[in-house]
Amino acid sequence: MDEAEDTRRILTRLVSETGDSFERLFDLPYNVTPEKLALLVNHLLENEEPAPFLFFVNGKEITDCLDKVMVQDDIGTENVLEIIYQQQAVFKVRAVTRCTSSMPGHAEAVISIGFSPNGQYLASGSGDTTVRFWDIYTQTPFMVCEGHKNWVLCISWAPNSKMLASACKNGVILLWNPETGKQIGKPLAGHKQWVTSLAWEPLHLDPRGRRLASGSKDGDIRIWDTALGNVERVLTSHTQSVTCVRWGGSGLIYSSSQDRTIKVWRPDGVLCRTLEGHGHWVNSLALSTDYVLRTGAVDPTAVHRGKGQDVNESDIKELALKRYSAVCRLGEERLVSASDDHTLMMWLPEKEKKPIERLTGHQQLVNDVRFSPDTRILASASFDKSIKLWDGRSGKFITTLRGHVQAVFMLAWSADSRLLVSASADSTLKVWNVKQKKLELDLPGHADEVYAVDWSPDGLRVASGGKDKILKMWQN
Amino acid sequence: MPQNEYMERHRKLHGRRLDHEERTRKRAAREPHKRAQEARKLRGLKAKLANKARANEKIQMKKKIKAHEEKLTPKQKEGKVSEGALPVYLLDRDVTSRAKVLSNMIKQKRKEKAGKWDVPIPKVKAQSDSEVFRVLRSGKTKRKGWKRMVTKVTFVGENFTRKPPKFERFIRPMALRFKKAHVTHPELKATFQLPIIGVKRNPSSPMYTSLGVITKGTVIEVNVSELGLVTSQGGKVVWGKYAQVTNHPENDGCINAVLLV
Repeated sequence: MDEAEDTRRILTRLVSETGDSFERLFDLPYNVTPEKLALLVNHLLENEEPAPFLFFVNGKEITDCLDKVMVQDDIGTENVLEIIYQQQAVFKVRAVTRCTSSMPGHAEAVISIGFSPNGQYLASGSGDTTVRFWDIYTQTPFMVCEGHKNWVLCISWAPNSKMLASACKNGVILLWNPETGKQIGKPLAGHKQWVTSLAWEPLHLDPRGRRLASGSKDGDIRIWDTALGNVERVLTSHTQSVTCVRWGGSGLIYSSSQDRTIKVWRPDGVLCRTLEGHGHWVNSLALSTDYVLRTGAVDPTAVHRGKGQDVNESDIKELALKRYSAVCRLGEERLVSASDDHTLMMWLPEKEKKPIERLTGHQQLVNDVRFSPDTRILASASFDKSIKLWDGRSGKFITTLRGHVQAVFMLAWSADSRLLVSASADSTLKVWNVKQKKLELDLPGHADEVYAVDWSPDGLRVASGGKDKILKMWQN
Repeated sequence: MPQNEYMERHRKLHGRRLDHEERTRKRAAREPHKRAQEARKLRGLKAKLANKARANEKIQMKKKIKAHEEKLTPKQKEGKVSEGALPVYLLDRDVTSRAKVLSNMIKQKRKEKAGKWDVPIPKVKAQSDSEVFRVLRSGKTKRKGWKRMVTKVTFVGENFTRKPPKFERFIRPMALRFKKAHVTHPELKATFQLPIIGVKRNPSSPMYTSLGVITKGTVIEVNVSELGLVTSQGGKVVWGKYAQVTNHPENDGCINAVLLV
């Protein structure tokens, strides 16, 4: 009987996830393994370096051999089976395993943390009204920037890594030079209440990185010209606090608000669309292109292969555009919103007013949502102590990651989309293996709630900060 | 009743008398003396009423002065930044100040070995045997008196079965058995109803400890898993913590305790 099974063969067609297929059909044995399939695909694609692949049949991953997936759905011998292949990142990020340094310095809770897009600088904002830059190579304090008069609520790096914008609870935005730690230009004042979110214009639209959008508690979104230091436009339509602002790759600005809507704006001030559907505050937005917009022209894979990061000024725009369009080929820009009504919604904000999917399952409000860098998986963090993974394309539920004993505040993906780190009120960070859908590592060490976490774009380091005022760096 | 506003009219026609200002000033200056005299003269209920009215008047006056002063002094800038910074996503949520005190397992272990804790109620009145136990007479003619009934609140483990009557020296009545305690977290200032795991130490006598007698000052172990506390070193979830009883459970019908952190 076994022998008979071994000799069974099936006609298959290999299809990429975007839908292009090879013309040839393949007559494969039932016991073909993913490793063998990967060899085949690598050969067909004429890859110089063999890349890892995942294979799916009818949405089920082939983990062991084709036979295992085939048992349930029996197709006749005449039909052609479609096997979908997904290329994985060639480089691998190693999971961070230990705390390499605890850096005291802030006199109050660390509220915001950010690695620069080129992965060379680290900045943090705190309740002690300072912005601090840290030297990530020696893991020491680098610069203390004083200028704010209240808690520094959010910081955001310009996509060309030459500027850091920080916003405080008084509603003032300051710009800093990461090289010298000096303030650039005059303060951008105008918001009547605190600033909740900052977003820079993507690099491929403007290689100089001049324009910055900020959303505030007073319900306004302001677009600033950072070179001139003035307000270019004020977008007012939200009736309550704006919670999150994203500047999409096609030039549209997306803003979510506590008035339960998400609005889509053109940067010239025209309100394109209002996306309605949530029943309570919308807390957070994620774009499928978030990672590529954040890193701009710097390709983390190139850094891993040891190729230089130095990009000519003139090439920046082209490089960024190339990377952006490469991601867009995997599917249009999708927007996911997380809300207080315990659900997430997936939208195609460039086209439709209706959500394409409503992702339900969380039992408490959803605080943070992030697309993986390869846009295939979506992770959401909720106050119900769990993290849920969803299919980034269809929004189908994949799995729940449990382990935290208190609310999960924030998430960060590694650059290769294989690992996920989460920060929680229970004072731990946890690293999750996305492929095995399991806890990879538990990182205790903070003495109190962890408010902010960031994984550097090149995947080497994780930085976290929280209520215990200490900034911790984690490495493998 | 005046038929017209003739006083006003006269004033308009001829002006005030020349010494009007001086007279009003003097009258105002005399006012306190007059009031004092009156106050000294008044007796009985009238004095009471007058004093009350005057006190009220003074309060109003002081309030007014204060308000004026506040208006006059230039507002100081809010130079002080409030403490307890929160990230943006928690600003609009009314998070209670969750001063998290991570339990330090090692410290607790060490204390356990030494057998003493720094407890909120250090000195407790010792409970004598006669207070805690009641003698039950047994035997056909009730001549024997070796049986005792516990008259205080007790904690009895889940899988406890009573011994046969012949061997049961101590009876712990069902009505006085407790499973839960109201435990206050001293830094969160919040109270939770938590299941009791065991009685750790009754300061009066080790025998009470082994019997599970809970009186004021007893240290009990409670299940804190629903509080979501985490140890500072290992990041492990804490589930058992000690608490000291602060009330007289036998009188109140409930157990109130303070978590030892």
